[in-house]
Amino acid sequence: MGNFDAFEQGFASPNGNGRLPNGHGSPKERLSVEPERKFSAPAYTEIRTRRCNAKAAAESKQASSSSYHPEKKAHMNGHASATREQGSSTKPNQAEGKLSPEKEHYQKTSFEEVPMHTACLTYLGFYLLMILGYINQLLFVPKVATEKDREGYVALYDAFESFYSRYVYRRIKDCWNRPICSVPGDELTLKDRVTDDYGWSFKFTGTETRCLNLGSYNYLGFAAATGRCADESEERARDSGLAYCSSRCELGNNAQLDELEKLTARYFGVEDAIVFGMGFATNALNLPSLLGPNCMVVSDEKNHASIILGLRLSGATIKVFKHNNMRDLERVLRDGICQGNAKNGGKPWSKVMIIVEGIFSMEGSIVRLPEVVALKKKYKAYLYLDEAHSVGAMGSHGRGVTDYYKVDPKDVDILMGTFTKSFGSAGGYLAGSKKLIDFLRTNSHAHCYAGSISPPIAQQILTSMKTIMGEDGTETGRNKIMQLARNTRYFRRRLAQLGVITYGHEDSPVVPMLVYLFSKIGAVVRTLTTRHIAVVGAGFPATPIMEGRIRFCLSAAHTKEQLDYALEVIDETADDLGLKYSRKPRDPNPIEY
Amino acid sequence: MAVIQLFNEIGTIFRNRGGGRRRRFTKEEEDSIIENYEPEPLVGETDPNHPLLRTRVVTSKVGKRINVDGHDCLNLGSHNYLGLLEDQDILEEACKSLRKYGVGSCGPRGFYGTMDVHLELEERIAKFMDLEEAIVYSYGFSTVASAIPAYAKRGDIIFVDEAVNFSIQKGLDASRSTIVYFKHNDVKDLERLLVEQEKRDLKNPKKALKTRRFLVAEGIYMNTGEICPLPELVALRKQYKLRIFVDESISFGTLGKGGRGVTEHFNIDRNEIDLISAGMEGSMATIGGFCVGSHFIAEHQRLSGLGYIFSASLPPMLTQAAISALDRFEREPQIFEQLQTNAWLLHKIFSHFSKLRLCGDKLSPVKHLYLALPLENNDAERKLLTEVADKCIARGVAVVEAAYLQDREHKPVRPSIRIAVNRLLEESEIAAAFEIIESVSSAVL
Repeated sequence: MGNFDAFEQGFASPNGNGRLPNGHGSPKERLSVEPERKFSAPAYTEIRTRRCNAKAAAESKQASSSSYHPEKKAHMNGHASATREQGSSTKPNQAEGKLSPEKEHYQKTSFEEVPMHTACLTYLGFYLLMILGYINQLLFVPKVATEKDREGYVALYDAFESFYSRYVYRRIKDCWNRPICSVPGDELTLKDRVTDDYGWSFKFTGTETRCLNLGSYNYLGFAAATGRCADESEERARDSGLAYCSSRCELGNNAQLDELEKLTARYFGVEDAIVFGMGFATNALNLPSLLGPNCMVVSDEKNHASIILGLRLSGATIKVFKHNNMRDLERVLRDGICQGNAKNGGKPWSKVMIIVEGIFSMEGSIVRLPEVVALKKKYKAYLYLDEAHSVGAMGSHGRGVTDYYKVDPKDVDILMGTFTKSFGSAGGYLAGSKKLIDFLRTNSHAHCYAGSISPPIAQQILTSMKTIMGEDGTETGRNKIMQLARNTRYFRRRLAQLGVITYGHEDSPVVPMLVYLFSKIGAVVRTLTTRHIAVVGAGFPATPIMEGRIRFCLSAAHTKEQLDYALEVIDETADDLGLKYSRKPRDPNPIEY
Repeated sequence: MAVIQLFNEIGTIFRNRGGGRRRRFTKEEEDSIIENYEPEPLVGETDPNHPLLRTRVVTSKVGKRINVDGHDCLNLGSHNYLGLLEDQDILEEACKSLRKYGVGSCGPRGFYGTMDVHLELEERIAKFMDLEEAIVYSYGFSTVASAIPAYAKRGDIIFVDEAVNFSIQKGLDASRSTIVYFKHNDVKDLERLLVEQEKRDLKNPKKALKTRRFLVAEGIYMNTGEICPLPELVALRKQYKLRIFVDESISFGTLGKGGRGVTEHFNIDRNEIDLISAGMEGSMATIGGFCVGSHFIAEHQRLSGLGYIFSASLPPMLTQAAISALDRFEREPQIFEQLQTNAWLLHKIFSHFSKLRLCGDKLSPVKHLYLALPLENNDAERKLLTEVADKCIARGVAVVEAAYLQDREHKPVRPSIRIAVNRLLEESEIAAAFEIIESVSSAVL
């Protein structure tokens, strides 16, 4: 937690980080210098320009980024953009550079298209791997791939599935499931392993590698083995034991869990909440209680597997809309409601539910919540918002995307999220009206049958949640939220400046960097490990074949120095491996932290 | 020209066929439909007196004794069979682990959520069960519910005992396979169904060649407390080429000389079983679950077990608790005999209630008390049993009626008081508990 002390000191000075490490003197001096710079409209400069004049947005940001004086820089930039735009437009708000929230969101979200030759190469590379794999399979079937003592049985696995995992995925299998032997904090310690048989099996070498951790979902940096959270959790474990060996409905309920539910409800500003021991199960085991066969669900195409499983178990009719595409969402909603339930002779649906995530973990994009809420109201649908990645990480109070957009949380019918990520614990919650939660208490699979949350795990959530809310009497929570927002913007802008293609929204701490080629996923993960950086790769089937990517997850625990180091290494790696695909103009100026 | 016309006609036919189901509307019509659309409320009203809304509050550490709603009780309700929840050494080791790894793992197994403790636990379980590979899940409920759909897909057939627990039922739902229920522990009924299936296969041999067949059973049934007739099931497995999955959530760590579960109990080679799954929320007194089997089978879940891939891994301190529990299993195998003796003792004493009937195997640590005289409906029975449980708690014996979502089970389960036996119970305590339950139940019923 050493980093925190450093950055808290930074906040303590009234001037904030007036003297920035990349040396720009006082803000006033900057004012006079900067107008001379010529912005070549790089991805993120424009955004800054627009945002500062959009007052509401600026205000929300101000709170979270006072340290680097956005208003001063903004003023200057706003002026520059105003002069640029005055000529082209007569509308006063546009003259000020103000954009509608949708346009602003669109501007902040980037999904740059892949260059044609890269696309061709990607497919070619993939097919080459497949062909090599087939040849490999013809020549060599290892012992582990044959079933013992089950002759005459129908083959257990689908042929392609087992081929893919054995002969394609195995080639870069070492990039996943890497064992660690430390706290997954700002840094982690990898246990080194080697393979003698091309990925069929691994052996530990006995050595360890200390890496900067850009892979774990430790958004607010609550993963720690020391400090208040760990102390209180340990105390609770000694007090209440490690488990209850019973479900909530039998002998697994205690005052601590009731407190946690009340606190969760208060955290989100809703009436009531219910908590479960596993985030995945929160979706998979509660959606079936809420939906039935005569319901229509409109689900984002990039929704998480747990949602898809829950929907499958519910028996509802699932319609998918294009990722974060509001026009498509409206089309699907309209069409679905007008056509009615085809299986039931076109009768109206008993319920229509929209399911979206706050931050999409593979895309790094943020849901366009205000528009979703508007559509939901227009079409009388219900809204289920999965904030697995956004809770804690978004909004000036860390309450997720409702906080970020200043949307009334009561407009979202069901708020769902996990405690795994920002809270550094495990489990999940559902929050909403008292009526909803009472219904879940009497109908939820997980509530009735699954074991209740372990006391130290629940304590970690309680402590970290209170810290975020500031109820511990310190500014730690607020500082963490600010630090994360700052890290996110800095890291994303610097990456854009390097010329790599990143996906998603500029405020999303999940940063996917596109590498496209299957083999490059492995190459990047391995290279970065040798340079002591731990990152996550994702390829087919987790993403489309075309879109192999590396994912960085930022954390409030990271310091600027750590991010600078990572960026420097990424820069070199991107040069070596040819990852600078972006054709957007780059910002030639140093990005400020 | 004729060809083009022909194509056109075919096209029209197809279009019409599609259009038959799809109605077309003008924009105004659509608007009015949307205007008039009235959805049902998101959820119905919940009866404020619903039995599941009222939950008892535990205010103490759970062990042989438990404080429920302010009453200090002898604990006959928590599934802490071996009494490891009270074990100070396990707690110390878990806390040490907390000081090394923190609380949460902050990621799924694939993305730096794999810690050395997870690997150690998997290795230890596999070694303990003398099988090749084990895989650890972070939630007991999701273990078997994820394992089944990893193998069984649409078009496959699963033969399953009708008394299986809810978690297995959800796994069956997720697999989308054809589910064939056989009568509880009735091997004859299963064989009858297998013969029927064989006849169907003869009619359609092509399809039969592609249909995987599974048999799913529990070692000890959560809902009945009975042990499954494993030798007969294994014989049928061989004869009809089924793959057998056994959920040992209760039987693991309770049956057999070394606590290795139902296979050890019947002295069956574990390679005859394709996959063994178990929750760690019973005898191991922690959270989570695992599957164990041959490398060929278990390894598959690392890429296909949804609850494994997409969920954060088990918090390291709870993983350490499981490792420490295994240490105890290996170091002190007499604990299993102690538990079995207690289970048998309790069975003997609890068989003599005048108004309640005890069900379950005599060796099983889970037993059910049903009303001796069945009432007209489940609801009435449940109400009476709740009253019995409440009064028992007030008098110092913690027993609870088993919680079920009756309308979501594949068929209603008869209400019961579920007794969980603890290794640490003494004969005098069991006898005293009997007296209390007997006097309460005689008065209430």
